[in-house]
Amino acid sequence: MSHQEKMKAYWRKNIKILLSLLAVWFTVSFGCGIILVDQLNQIQIGGFKLGFWFAQQGSIYVFVILIFVYVWLLNKLDKKFDVHE
Amino acid sequence: MDILTWTYILVGISFALYIGIAIWSRAASTKEFYIAGGGVSPLANGMATGADWMSAASFISMAGLIAFAGYDGSVYLMGWTGGYVLLALLLAPYLRKFGKFTVPDFVGDRYYSNKARVVAVICALFISFTYVAGQMRGVGIVFSRYLEVDINTGVIIGMCIVFFYAVLGGMKGITYTQVAQYCVLIFAFMVPAIFVSMQLTDNPFPQLGLGGTVEDGTYLLDKLDGVLTELGFTAYTSGQKPMMDLFAITLALMVGTAGLPHVIVRFFTVPRVKDARLSAGYALVFIAILYTTAPAVAAFGIYNAIDSVAEKPVNNLPEWVENWQQTSLIQIDDKNQDGIVQYVADPVVNELTIDKDIMVLANPEIAELPNWVVGLVAAGGMAAALSTAAGLLLVISTSVSRDLVKNFNPGISDKKELLIARTAAAVAVIIAGYFGVHPPGFVAQVVAFAFGLAAASFFPVIIMGIFSKRMNKEGAIAGMLTGLVFTLGYIIYFKFGTDLFGLPAEALSSDHWLFGISPEGIGSVGMLMNFIVSFVVAMATPAPPAAVQEMVEDIRIPRGAGVAQEH
Repeated sequence: MSHQEKMKAYWRKNIKILLSLLAVWFTVSFGCGIILVDQLNQIQIGGFKLGFWFAQQGSIYVFVILIFVYVWLLNKLDKKFDVHE
Repeated sequence: MDILTWTYILVGISFALYIGIAIWSRAASTKEFYIAGGGVSPLANGMATGADWMSAASFISMAGLIAFAGYDGSVYLMGWTGGYVLLALLLAPYLRKFGKFTVPDFVGDRYYSNKARVVAVICALFISFTYVAGQMRGVGIVFSRYLEVDINTGVIIGMCIVFFYAVLGGMKGITYTQVAQYCVLIFAFMVPAIFVSMQLTDNPFPQLGLGGTVEDGTYLLDKLDGVLTELGFTAYTSGQKPMMDLFAITLALMVGTAGLPHVIVRFFTVPRVKDARLSAGYALVFIAILYTTAPAVAAFGIYNAIDSVAEKPVNNLPEWVENWQQTSLIQIDDKNQDGIVQYVADPVVNELTIDKDIMVLANPEIAELPNWVVGLVAAGGMAAALSTAAGLLLVISTSVSRDLVKNFNPGISDKKELLIARTAAAVAVIIAGYFGVHPPGFVAQVVAFAFGLAAASFFPVIIMGIFSKRMNKEGAIAGMLTGLVFTLGYIIYFKFGTDLFGLPAEALSSDHWLFGISPEGIGSVGMLMNFIVSFVVAMATPAPPAAVQEMVEDIRIPRGAGVAQEH
């Protein structure tokens, strides 16, 4: 694989990771917290209605996890393609 | 010791700490002044970003906003945290690799155009001035409420402190004071929240206490829903805003957060690309501690307020209610003269008005905490306001000294540039102070401007600069202008239509909003328009020069970031 092809492949992999993580980002906030909130509110866990919990707590926790997963995946990808610092 | 003594002691100690740090970390070169020398650890940068981002509004007002909006308040929680995911995944690592000092730097270089750079500078200045005026006012309010000095004296004291460490220390001084300020503000926010949570729900974690049970064994949120519905309000866990508007506001706040120049610039200060990614993660952890606690403080606050004031005899209210009545943050007006406080949704019958700021400010007293905790909350509010103000002032001074003066006079020496940067920071402090003393009547409305502008201008232009090699200057400029004009026009029309064009209030009601989207959320439509116009124009005009395309390829690869480079 030439250097240029390798960099193209690296970028494609990177975009794939981005899109899958952003899909989760969208699902927990706009999906569970806004669009599906009424349906999810039918489910009660402890003192929380699930939709309300996603909107005020859950989505934030998922955001934090997403960034750390991203850091981990990208560090691995950088090493694999030998572009790490 | 009484509250006032404690407040003086704690605020005094925190100020001494900030000044000490500023002297220890003063900047000697433009690189230290702009990006703290580029050697800040990801953890320290994460903390500094947290303090930079969380303003007086986050610390003092947000919990109260949620308390009265209930589920609708979620837009702030998701909007102001979700933006960090975009920042970490789509912006921070690439801008760090790009390796210059400012956002207009990137826009100007990537779009090989000084016109684009100047548009970016104007946006950066407008956003930052809008914001900083509010912070100075926040400092003044905290001073006057807790230290019993005049608001204007408070603003001036705040100006002197910020002047000292922003002008002297530049980004380096600001970074390390922000680390200290984060510690002060988070401690001050969490201590009362934990105590109130234990009192109400027996759970030391406010995040869990929110889902816990109160004295009589029912769940707090269920009880709150019941009480509020009975009084004629919407249930706490369900909202009033249409779904479309919630969606648009959340998106605009997220995208706006990711596009704010004082937040982006923080990621230029770390040594490597992978540090920029990690640092965004730490930043969100530190922010999430406050942002997951705030909805709990909100629910506890409104529950306590209703529980201790509604339907109670006017002349036998708890002491904290009487204390805060003096500041007119709580107003009771026994309209029907029955000696009982009626709290209901109907404004004609309602006798109780509670300012949203009370939920955080009066928390320690509601929970009957010792006097030092009250002093701590004052120091925390001050830390939140000062840290945000300093970050914004730096963007202003950098925009002037680097993006305008240095860019158009490339010959000036580092020393001279540093002097210009310091002078610009000093002038900006004075202007900000002026707006703090004479606040323009529209401070609350202009926040919508700041986010709308960042969402409709910076965010798309940077994203396309990284992810599309084909995007050229014609496309970027057309897109930015479309986004800006549309967003500004919409906000001005609906917020100031009556004052400026003499339109009847009825013509500006929510029935006339585009797709039911409020001015707060219109930035997301502006952003979409920016993307569409950019692509159409770019396709019809020549591709960017080969050198620019190579630069885009280069910023996509982490290796070789080194420390941010001079031209």
